[in-house]
Amino acid sequence: MPSVKIPKKSTFVDMTPFVDVAFLILTFFIMATKFKPEEPVEIKTPNSVSTRELPESDALQVTFDSTGRVFFGVLSQKDQEKLAVIRHINDTRSLGLSEAEMKNFVRTPSIGVPFSGLKQLLSIPQEDQKNFKQPGIPLDTLGGELLYWIRDAVGTFSGKKLQYLIKGDNNAKYPAFKQVLIAFKKNEIFKFQMITMLEDAPAGSELSIIRNREKAASH
Amino acid sequence: MASIDDSGGGGGHKKGPGVKKAKKLSTAVDMTPMVDLGFLLITFFIFTTTMSSPTTMQLYMPKDTDKDEDQNKAKESGALTIMLGKNNVVYYYEGQLLPDGSNFKTATFKDIRGIIIQKKKDVIAAHVHDAGCTKIQEEARIGNPKLNPPIPPDPNWKNACLDKDLVVVIKPDEDATYKNTIDILDEMAISAIKRYAMVDLFPAEKLLIQATEGK
Repeated sequence: MPSVKIPKKSTFVDMTPFVDVAFLILTFFIMATKFKPEEPVEIKTPNSVSTRELPESDALQVTFDSTGRVFFGVLSQKDQEKLAVIRHINDTRSLGLSEAEMKNFVRTPSIGVPFSGLKQLLSIPQEDQKNFKQPGIPLDTLGGELLYWIRDAVGTFSGKKLQYLIKGDNNAKYPAFKQVLIAFKKNEIFKFQMITMLEDAPAGSELSIIRNREKAASH
Repeated sequence: MASIDDSGGGGGHKKGPGVKKAKKLSTAVDMTPMVDLGFLLITFFIFTTTMSSPTTMQLYMPKDTDKDEDQNKAKESGALTIMLGKNNVVYYYEGQLLPDGSNFKTATFKDIRGIIIQKKKDVIAAHVHDAGCTKIQEEARIGNPKLNPPIPPDPNWKNACLDKDLVVVIKPDEDATYKNTIDILDEMAISAIKRYAMVDLFPAEKLLIQATEGK
């Protein structure tokens, strides 16, 4: 009786298309990723229905965390502008910073120390600053030191349209927010932008009706 | 295939017993480690990518003024005062706070939207047309393309001034969180409230909140 011969099949699978897809997805994620400069604190911002985009340049950003520590940062694409800001502050507050320390400020995303501790913070290289516990910029009901930071930064950027960003943590208390607002108000600044995460307008609300109408009109 | 076939050499001389025959090598490479690595990197980038980009919310604060004539007077009938307490509790009253505090009510963030919308409906129902109203209607009809962002002409311009007496006053307490404050400002945007202000609590209101919170 002739035996039926079963052909021996190879278990080897051609993985080339699989690799293709994997690297295509990989390329997409590499392109889509934007690495943020490391902030000294992690902030969980509230949600809002606002759709306005966050400016990346020409802005002053004040950050406060859940414990009320306040940080100040300058958003600018040009290092020269940041350098001018710290130079100006160094002069007006007579901090006695060295040239290298001022260069270090350019690379620091935000500052959260009193003026008295600024020299110490800036003497630490930017990469190691995250290990340095920053106490926050001193604030009181009259604006505190934040008032001078804002005043000097605005003075340096004179003639340019600046935007004022406020980034607060969900669990921060209202007085912290209020004191930040006071520091701005004392500098005759009354228009702010609060950094939030986008959420949809609730269905059926007046805003969603208006937005749907605008969408229909633009089509 | 890029391999040299040594079998066809005319069958010449035989190799000695110690000489091994060269094996035919396959050019197919095992790609499994490469796939592993690829997906490892993908996983890394998926975790580090934040897809939702942050947005910003506009806030305009009034200039602090002590002069009485500079302050915007709100019509009592159209005023709604919302106070933010601790633990996400909201307090509110309509018009003026009565001396006995009987119109001081407690609500939650879920209820407050309904209360705002109801107040808006009441104000619109009680609306009486006047000269200031015609001006608002005209502004809404034309829009303002010069502003940033530009205000498009409103097709419902006839209704633009119906809620002009409505003003919401927001008063966060010391125990209110920043999230509460942003949420209530967001409610203004959601319910399309045009006039609202963020101010400090009066002592009487502070006492009422403290009494309600049981301090």
